Amino acid sequence: MALATDSGASAAVSQKAPRWNQKNLAPWLFLAPGMFMFTVYVLWPIVESITLSFYDWNGLYNRDGEFTGRFVGMANYRELLIDPAFETSLWNNLKWLVLYMLALPLGLFIAIFLNQTVRGIRIYKSLFFFPFVISQVVVGLIFAWFYAPNFGLLYLLIEWLAGKGVAILADPDLVTYGIIAAGLWPQIAYVMILYLTGLNNVSPDQIEAARLDGAKGWKMLWYVVLPQLRPATFIAVIVTVIGALRSFDLVSIMTSGGPFGSSRVLSYYMFEMALGEFGFRMGYGAAIAVVLFAIMMIFISGFIWKMWRDETER
Amino acid sequence: MKLLKTALLGTVAAAVMAGAAFAQDKRVVTWNADYDPIPLAAAEALIADFEAANPDIDIQLTNFDHEAYKNAIRNFLTADAPDLANWYAANRMRPFVEAGLFADISDVWAANGLTEALASSVPSSTIDGKQYAIPYTYYQWGIYYNRDAYAAAGVEVPAADATVDWPTFLANCEKFKAAGIDCVTTGSSALWPVAGIFDYLSLRTNGYQFHADLAAGKISWTSPEARAVFAEFAKLQPFVTANHAAIDWQDAAAIFVQDKAAHYVMGNFAVGVFKEGGMTNDNLGFMMFPEITAGIARAEEAPTDTIHLTSGAKNPEDAKKFLAYMASAEAQSKWNAAVGQLPTNKNATVDPADPFLSEGFQTLSTATGGIAQFWDRDADAEYAKAGMEGFQRFLVQPEALEEILAQLEATRLRLYPQ
Amino acid sequence: MFPRPIQQAAPATQWIYTIALPIALLLWLFPLLGVALTSLRPASDLAQGNYFGMPSGVAFENYIYIFTETPIGRYMLNSLWVTIPTVIGSVGLSLMTGFALAVYGFRGNILVFFLFVAGNFVPFQILMVPVRDMTLNLGMYDTWYGLALFHIAFQTGFCTLFMRNFIKALPFELIESARVEGVSEFKIFWHIVLPLMRPAIAALSVLVFTFIWNDFFWATVLTQGVDSQPITAGLSSLNGQWIAQWHLVSAGSIVAALPPVLMFFLMQKHFIAGLTLGATKG
Repeated sequence: MALATDSGASAAVSQKAPRWNQKNLAPWLFLAPGMFMFTVYVLWPIVESITLSFYDWNGLYNRDGEFTGRFVGMANYRELLIDPAFETSLWNNLKWLVLYMLALPLGLFIAIFLNQTVRGIRIYKSLFFFPFVISQVVVGLIFAWFYAPNFGLLYLLIEWLAGKGVAILADPDLVTYGIIAAGLWPQIAYVMILYLTGLNNVSPDQIEAARLDGAKGWKMLWYVVLPQLRPATFIAVIVTVIGALRSFDLVSIMTSGGPFGSSRVLSYYMFEMALGEFGFRMGYGAAIAVVLFAIMMIFISGFIWKMWRDETER
Repeated sequence: MKLLKTALLGTVAAAVMAGAAFAQDKRVVTWNADYDPIPLAAAEALIADFEAANPDIDIQLTNFDHEAYKNAIRNFLTADAPDLANWYAANRMRPFVEAGLFADISDVWAANGLTEALASSVPSSTIDGKQYAIPYTYYQWGIYYNRDAYAAAGVEVPAADATVDWPTFLANCEKFKAAGIDCVTTGSSALWPVAGIFDYLSLRTNGYQFHADLAAGKISWTSPEARAVFAEFAKLQPFVTANHAAIDWQDAAAIFVQDKAAHYVMGNFAVGVFKEGGMTNDNLGFMMFPEITAGIARAEEAPTDTIHLTSGAKNPEDAKKFLAYMASAEAQSKWNAAVGQLPTNKNATVDPADPFLSEGFQTLSTATGGIAQFWDRDADAEYAKAGMEGFQRFLVQPEALEEILAQLEATRLRLYPQ
Repeated sequence: MFPRPIQQAAPATQWIYTIALPIALLLWLFPLLGVALTSLRPASDLAQGNYFGMPSGVAFENYIYIFTETPIGRYMLNSLWVTIPTVIGSVGLSLMTGFALAVYGFRGNILVFFLFVAGNFVPFQILMVPVRDMTLNLGMYDTWYGLALFHIAFQTGFCTLFMRNFIKALPFELIESARVEGVSEFKIFWHIVLPLMRPAIAALSVLVFTFIWNDFFWATVLTQGVDSQPITAGLSSLNGQWIAQWHLVSAGSIVAALPPVLMFFLMQKHFIAGLTLGATKG
């Protein structure tokens, strides 16, 4: 709907305006609605959150609709430095980042395994991709059931092998790994599909040439195939990093950060502080979000820098 | 909730169409609540009675999902305040009082002699000397026990009206353990169930004032008194269901119902769940938490639900009339009988046929030590959560006691600078 | 081709591969299969501790139950109400932004483009408090359009990246020659570029549909009741009520997962084309 009205307006303008002007004006008219929405809902809130992180605010307005927050300067950030829950979250985020990277070799492995032209392989590829399509809420529930004490499949399996079951989600030392494993499942599927597409486009000539030179197996993979998969690897790293840092759904569904906060990550801790039952510390939550944003910015800058290089090379 | 609203609107519309002009002349009082179906029906019955007695007032109740309400109240109090809103007593109402969103109703208390009738709830309804809440119901906490599990382990069932003492309770736990039965079960994935256990240990070891001071951040976690509570906690720890941190309280209720656990430290609302699971008054029992330090005046946990006048109320006069009604013995007897909870008005009556209610009423009315609200209502939100995480952690990793206490103490010093 | 086609391997290896494929798939989908089977298990089996043995019967009544006794149908409709406008809105907006950024070499082009791309990657939490506050103040909290508007805005970032790159790859001569003939800029967009965008529109539509259907975070932040909560948030609150009733949780999970799965299987080619954008280009 927005499309029809806005482009209608631009058409009306373009008929009156002289041609040289039209070409200068047109891009801005086309950009206007999208940029407006994006500014209001994405860019401006970032600025507001950063501002809010210097306030102490419980999210309430008084009867006159006035903001009840109090400016506290760097106090929220100083508190972060000594907050053990924040420290735990940060460490867990690091675990997520590092272990999520396992999605790359595992995804590549499955992609190579499936990159054949036997009967029915297409349906196999689709089914292997399946976990990525379903919601993380569902993935979380599936794995919660898989790990459930006393009757979960994994619990029973461990009980059968070791004599004593392990309730992964109740164990503070294992819980984060358990959730990461759940997250890896769809992530591996995503990386697999990236690599499958990449493998499809690997130049057959180079492979043949390398084969004639006697390259095979690991050497072929490392020296000939992987360099050609670089674009796929790049995208895979980006989506995996973002996936790792956005890990909210699984933590929320599987453990709510527990037991006693052992599985918190920054994204969940922020939500807990700002909107959780015992939270409503909006300013403190905003400060956590700013830290998360700063971490993410490192990767975003890398991505933008590479895009910039690609753009200017063209 | 929308359904109810639509139904109400429909009734009004029908009345108008029928030419009954008085339907429009009624003065409306809006009330936002968070009731489950049974309490909702009970509240509607009260509304009907009230409207019958006050034909010129129309109470319009909008009901919310219980969990969603905790979020919704923060929005509607500012944006679109009803006249009345449900909430909780003590520290849980403090942010709203401090933001000026709940109105002072000390006049309602004074005019109706409530300080007398609701004596046990005065402290939890008062902030800075003014009353901001009408408490209309509470429920006791205590130990529910499974007689079948007692039989299975060959442990003597506690006689009626006699409390088991703490050493006997622990000795019984040994016997249950030998029989492969969890002595005490709980499901702590939502944290608060462990606070119930801790609170009782704390009330029984050091008494009510200690509990109140601890929740208020006045007592060091590394003090000998606090350590004494954890020392008792450590005695109980080996007998609590393993993996409790991964399950919800209802999951643990299933363990209890299936005779795999003997005791459950819980609130009276759990009785419905136990009975749904197949337990009856024959095999389900209730007892007070055993005395630990001899001679301490017995205090109990009884979280109170309250109703409040908002500062944005459009019809405060009639709303206060309804609040006074909700504080009355008559209304409280009726509502609580329907819901199976206890009235806060001491002149109200309790169904004598329900053993758990009668025992609860007995337990609470004889609690000379005081009535605690529950850890997460007596303590500030952030402090409450930190505490509950500490309790849960202790129950999982008792060896980490020093670290837990140090962390709790650090939180205390941060929130309550000395 | 890498690896070497299996047809060139020894017959024994070929055999092993043929057997290994289905086994690997079974292992891979093991948790999902378990849930699917549990969703058809009678409640009585679970109560008796028969979680993985032979079911005593096939219980379609679990599905009937969740549709008749819980608002799951309503949640599904709410999800559609949020998802479909988001798909239309974000694809529509990004067609225009993508066109503007791909075709015109104005000053600041690359800066605007990077803003869209970077915005697409920011953590949701940095937007949460202000967006929630704004939605509340506009009276759109707990409505499908409050949620959809945010999604439209946010997805425009990703969609712009996609559309812009797609239009960049179109032959620019088409546009040049149209300009020489005096066709207005809007008509170039409408009559020349838009018809060529069909594959991009299809790919983005299925992707955005899946992303939004599966969104849990914003559903939690911007909605709260049965009247507007989408299925992800709804399933999470039902899960709170269905404690220890895994046959219901399983059935609910399967139902919630179904629409994006169907979408994927029907539109597989477009879906993968959308996801793997950039995975092959240098």
